[in-house]
Parts: sequence; structure tokens; C-alpha cells
Amino acid sequence: MSADHTVNSVLPDEPEKATLEGKNKVLGFWLFLGGETILFGTLFATFIALRNQTNGGPTGHELFELPLTAAATVILLVSSMTSVMSVLAMHQHNLKKMQVWLTITAILGIAFLALEIYEFSHYVAEGHKMSSSAFGSAFYTLVGFHGGHVLFGVLWLITLQLQAIKKGLTVVTAPKFYVFSLYWHFVDLVWVFIFTVVYLMSIVGGKVG
Amino acid sequence: MSGHAHSHKRSGLWDWLTTVDHKKIGILYLIAGGFFFLIGGLEALLIRLQLIVPEADFVGAATFNELITMHGTTMIFLAVMPVIFALMNAIVPLQIGARDVAFPFVNALGFWLFFFGGVLLNTSWFLGGAPDAGWTSYTTLALKQYSGIGVDFYVLGLQIAGLGTLIGGINFLVTVINMRAPGMTFMRLPMFTWSAFVTSGLILFAFPAITVGLVLLMFERLFGANFFNPDAGGNVVIWEHIFWIFGHPEVYILILPAFGVISEVVSTFSKKRLFGYSSMVFATVMIGFLGFMVWAHHMFTTGLGPIANTLFGIATMLIAVPTGIKIFNWLFTMWGGQIRFTTANLFAVGFIPTFTIGGMTGVMLALPAADYQYHDSYFVVAHFHYVIVGGLVFGLFSGLYYWWPKMFGKMLNEKLGKWNFWTFFIGFHLTFFPQHFLGLMGMPRRVFTYLKNQDLDLGNFISSIGAIGMTIGTILFLANVVVAARSKKQAPADPWDARTLEWAIPSPAPEYNFAQTPLVRGLDALWVEKMAGNKGMTPAEPLGSIHMPSPSFLPFLMSIGLFIAGYGFIFEHHVFSVIGILIAFACMLMRSLKDDHGYHIEPDEIEEKGVKA
Ligand code: HEM
Ligand SMILES: [Cu+2]
Repeated sequence: MSADHTVNSVLPDEPEKATLEGKNKVLGFWLFLGGETILFGTLFATFIALRNQTNGGPTGHELFELPLTAAATVILLVSSMTSVMSVLAMHQHNLKKMQVWLTITAILGIAFLALEIYEFSHYVAEGHKMSSSAFGSAFYTLVGFHGGHVLFGVLWLITLQLQAIKKGLTVVTAPKFYVFSLYWHFVDLVWVFIFTVVYLMSIVGGKVG
Repeated sequence: MSGHAHSHKRSGLWDWLTTVDHKKIGILYLIAGGFFFLIGGLEALLIRLQLIVPEADFVGAATFNELITMHGTTMIFLAVMPVIFALMNAIVPLQIGARDVAFPFVNALGFWLFFFGGVLLNTSWFLGGAPDAGWTSYTTLALKQYSGIGVDFYVLGLQIAGLGTLIGGINFLVTVINMRAPGMTFMRLPMFTWSAFVTSGLILFAFPAITVGLVLLMFERLFGANFFNPDAGGNVVIWEHIFWIFGHPEVYILILPAFGVISEVVSTFSKKRLFGYSSMVFATVMIGFLGFMVWAHHMFTTGLGPIANTLFGIATMLIAVPTGIKIFNWLFTMWGGQIRFTTANLFAVGFIPTFTIGGMTGVMLALPAADYQYHDSYFVVAHFHYVIVGGLVFGLFSGLYYWWPKMFGKMLNEKLGKWNFWTFFIGFHLTFFPQHFLGLMGMPRRVFTYLKNQDLDLGNFISSIGAIGMTIGTILFLANVVVAARSKKQAPADPWDARTLEWAIPSPAPEYNFAQTPLVRGLDALWVEKMAGNKGMTPAEPLGSIHMPSPSFLPFLMSIGLFIAGYGFIFEHHVFSVIGILIAFACMLMRSLKDDHGYHIEPDEIEEKGVKA
């Protein structure tokens, strides 16, 4: 309690934007996400161009199953919410609560990754590989890039947790927690597009989308 | 506390490897970019030597392909881009009255990534052959079945270097948005800073596209993916789109900073404020925006169809409008001014007609029907050398002569400078003017020789002789650098009677830039004070202790990590790929866990250094 109190008395309301360094970090990160948008946009365009080029292998319509991907979607969307909760806790200067929400976020991220690994191994067994067709290449690259982002996010989160333990909530660490939640929202948003463009369009639309 | 301040004084090599000072990073960019410029120039000389007479067998077809590929790639990514970054680093923070860039650490990381990416690419010459699929690396040439290991070097080298450029761009965007001195509103930013700002925006949106392209090509060549292989359903046109969605903005990334330099130089040496400042800003932003709408003018002959070709043709011609605005503004700035033809201004004035010719041939190329004739001929080679050498490189020389005193504290010699200009200028036109006609007469680009008596002999001969002129110009510049470095005479703070903030502080700029953050009271901030009869800028803050970021070895180490990983991927020894990437991640982790508290420079130290406050 008393520790919380001292934190309260020094920390400003929005600790992530209290210093110039913090402001720079937040703005720089928004811009970085702009670049990431182009990155994923290019990957999406490539996927859309190649989604029917299955080279005689299984099509998306044959491969994808709604329950699995819907579950992944729900998991990731919930994790987006838990990361919001962590920022809210941060704005209340409640370190403990923030750590709890961050931990839940990490667990959900790991669950998502586990589902994705299961999903990929399943596809490979059915003959849908990176090298089997242009569709396969585009699929694994787009979805894999997203998965890589989730993995990076989880690892990043672990290092943030270490800092939360070691340094607590300060004007130096606050921007880091904040920026992480921006990143996590972005990754979730990309997934919503993947769910729609990659999965729903194939499941609903059949071979010719 | 002042004892603390001295604890970070480092010297020699270690200082340069760990520096996060934007001025030193600028110098590093200049040295590395200059080095790659010499390599690219050497490659160009070999190309021209091979083409000096018909049916020559000097280097042979295979080496010729490597030479043109490495020449283009080196010049664009490793020579002119870094020199642009050199000027941006050296000057932008000074022009906005900032003590530093927004992310000094990231700035250093950007440099080292570019540097090691470039070194990786160039080692291909000794490790199995350089890339030979052209700087555009069309997959019809660049897939594994057509091209050797060189293309792997291209793919990995450019990914690493490109990452450096991308974070550099973000750094400058945030710097300009957040770090401006009090009173330095956007519509008071010097034109060079404006152009650096827009260029950084273009970098942010263009470089991720090429990164994806390179990743796809890498997956295709190393992991058996099939994006571009028609046998497995792939499509070669996808690469063309991705490359040019990056590639066209890239040419504006290159030229905008040159526009910025020319605006500063022409205005200073005409002793007039820039004519039509706000229309200049508008034109710069407009060019940046339109730059993303025109990529398919590189693909008129690909077969996208008449509608697409027409739309992209019209969009391309639209760019001529803001470009024209700029050209007229420079002319009107000079009109009635007290013009001084210093070397910097000679290059600026030489730039104007030369670049205009390049823009004109550009509009010719923008007509799809006509482009069927010009495409892949020497006409295109002439066009882009007029805009890139006659435009950008003239602009860079101009900027270097102009800002050399601010960067190094010494003046470049004017007499040598004039020789530098005239030899380079004449050599340039001799080299590239005839290439327009060679192209119109049907000489294809990227072919290692030509038959005699096809009306191509004379043009090629003149072109190769011209290359000697540009070589002499470059050597004179290097000589000038040596002369300047040896001279004892210290450059004054404001040698050109200039207008913008960077000239309000000593030459070279002290490590903290401004002892007191200046108060900006108008466009051409320093000129405003001069006109008001003041000796220097009015400070916006009392003299106080200045916070500085600590130097760090991590950017260097991290880049080494990716450098090692690059070789791991190229030679498919993935132990090294993993080790390299782990090194990079470990550096990130260390950076993240350890807070950088920086250090302080105290007021007494500032006075010691002889700054008049
Ligand atoms: C008014 C401005 C410009 C117009 C209308 C224009 C138009 C064009 C067109 C239509 C092409 C394609 C020609 C072909 O391959 O058949 C082209 C090629 C090119 N342009 Fe421009 N251009 C302009 C300015 C510039 C500038 C400012 C730069 C660079 C600083 C530049 C660099 C290039 C390069 C490098 C290529 C050739 C790329 C390659 O195929 O290797 N252009 N330009
Ligand atoms: Cu273009």
C-alpha cells in the first residue's frame, strides 16, 4: 500500500507521455506501425493474388476449419482487451493489477501460438506446404509473419514483466508498457483481417473467391 | 556532477564505434557512403571501358551483368542514400534548433545496419560472385534456376541495410515533429528540413514494401517457396509491382533532399528569401504524395492493359506540375538577387537546367505508347542519370560545399571547387547526353556490347570519354577534402552570410549544438535576427546544465549479429543464422533492461569551450 502511495505522488496522470523521451517513443511507435501496415498490406496483396494457385494441392476451402480459427480469433481478441486493461491499470498507477493483466495477455498469446502450431502441422500432413504451391507460399508467409509478430510480442512481454518487477512503474518504463499495448492491438487487428481474407473468404467463398 | 560529465569522454576508434551524436553519425554516413560511391564509380568506369568500342571483350558478358547490377544497387542504396542521411544528420537538428535527434541510439543503429548490409553485399565479389540480375532483380532473372549465389547477397544485404534506412526515417520524422525549438513552426522550417521530413515519410511507407519483396525472394531461393515460379502457380509480375511500389517512391526519396539543398543554397547565394516558400512546401508534399501513385509507369510494357497504362501515364505527368513549380521558384529566387557563384551555388545553378532535362525526358517516358519505343533502351539510362546524377549528385556536392564548414570546421577550397564543378559538369553531360540518342537509335540497356557501324560507335565513345571527366571531378573533390583537412584556418560560424539556424552556432557545431535553445521569430530565423540588428539568436531558456545520451556499443554489436546471420542464410549454415539473430536479440534485451541515464554538460564547461552565450 505505502509503496503504491509513493508511486502515486510522483507519477503524473499519463506517465507514458510525461517526458519528451516518452512522447518520442509513443509517436515513433505509431509511425512504425504505419510502416508495419504497408508490410502486411503487401503480404495481403500477394496472398490475394495467389490464393487460388494451389498447383493441384488442397484448396483453402478444403483445408480451413471454422471452429479452430474462430477459437484463435476469440483468444486474440480477448487478449487485446486484457492489454487495454493493463493500460487502464497503469493509468491508475496500479502496478500489481497491470502485471496481472499483462500476464493474462501473455498466456492468451501463447495459447494462440499453440493453436497455430497445431494448425500448421495439421496442414503440412495434408500436403499443404510452403513449397507445394504458390498458395502455400503465400499462406505460410502471411499467416507466419503474423504468428512471428505474436511470438515476438510474447517474448517482449516477458522482458517487460522483468522490468515491471525490477523497476516498477516510472516515467521511463511507462512508455514501454503503453507502446507494447499499441503493438498488441495492431497484431490483433491484423489477425482480424487474416481471419476474414484468408479463412472466411475461403470457407464461405469456396475455391473461386 | 561535473565529474560525472567527464566519465563519458572517449577517444579514437572506440568513440566512433559507440557514438550516438548525430553530427558524428553524419560524418560516418558520409565516409561510408563516399567509400561505396567510389566502388560504384569504379564499376561504372569498367562498364564504360567495356562499351568504349564495339564488340569489345574487356570484361565479358557475365562480369558485365555483375557490374551493372552492383553499380546500380551500390549507387542507389549504399552511396547516395547514405550521403543524403549524412546531410540530414548533420543539419536537420541544427536547422530546427534541437540538441539532438529524437532517438540517438536508433540513429546509430540505423547507420551500422546500413553499413554492414552494404559490406555484406559487396563481399559477394569474393564469395561466389556478385548478383547479376540487375538492380531491379526481376525474378525472370533472379530465381535460383537463372542466377547464382550473388542474388542471395542482394536479398540479405538489402534487407539489413533497408532496416537501417527505415528506422533512420522514423527517427527523422519524430525529430522534426517533436524536437523543434520554441517558435519553429512547421511553416518556418527551412526547406531542407521540410524535404528531409517528406523524404522520411516516403521511406516509412516505401521501405516495408521492398522488405516484403526481398523476404519473398529469399523464401523462394532458400526455402523452396513459389511466389514467382509459374510452374507452381507463381506469378513474376508480383515482384515487379512490389519492387516499383517501393522503387518509384525511392527515386523521390532521393531527389527531394536535393531539392531541399538547392532551395537553401540558391536563396543564401542570391541574398533573398526563397521565392514562394509556401508553394515550395506544397510542391514537396504533393510530389511525395503523387510519388506513390505512379509506380506502374515502369511496367508499361508488362501488359497491364490500356486503361491501367493510361491512368498511370496521366498520374505520372501530373508530377511535372509540382516539379515545375519548384523550378520556377528557384529561378525567381535568383531573379534580381545579388548572386554569388561559389562552388555550392555553381552546383545548384548547374542542377536547374540539368534536372529540367531529366524531368522532360521523364514526361516523354510517361506516354505509354511512346514508352514502348524507349523502354529498356539507353534513353531510359540517360533519363535517370540526368535526374540522379545531374539532379541528386549535383545537389549533394552543392550541399557538401555549403555545409562542409559546419560539419568539419574547415572550408573547402573554392578554386579547387570550381575545377571540381566544371570537370564534373562537362564530364556528366558528355557521358549522358549522347545516351539519349543511342537509345533512340535502338541500343538496349544492360547488353554488354554492340555491333560496329550501327551508328552507335561515336556516341558510345564520347560517353566513355565523358566518364573520365566525372572521374577527374571526383578526384578533385577528394583532393579538396585533403587540402581542407590540412589547412589550419578555422571556418567562421557563418561563412556565407546565411539565413538559417545552423549558422547561428560555431563551426563545427559543439556537441550540445545550442548552448541555449534559441527562440525562433520567423522564417529564415537567423536572418530575422540579423535584420533586427541582433548579433545572434535570442535564447529561449537560461544557461543551464545540458542532458546528453550515453554512447553505446550495442548498435554496432547488433548489426554484427545480423551481418553474421546474413551469411548463415546465404550459405545455408543455419547455426550461424540462429547465433546471429540471438546476438541481435540479446543486444535488444540489454538495451531494454538497462536504463540510459545519460550524462550532463554543466554551464561552466560550456563557457570553457568558448561559446558566447
Ligand atoms: C517529372 C518527373 C519524372 C517523370 C515523369 C519520370 C518518368 C519515368 C518513367 C515513365 C520511367 C520508366 C521508363 C521505362 O523504363 O521505360 C522512368 C524511369 C526511371 N526514372 Fe524517372 N521520371 C521522373 C523523375 C525521376 C526522378 C526525379 C528520378 C530520380 C531521382 C527518376 C529516376 C528514374 C529511374 C532510376 C528510372 C529507371 C528505373 C529502371 O528501369 O532501372 N525519375 N522515369
Ligand atoms: Cu518511376
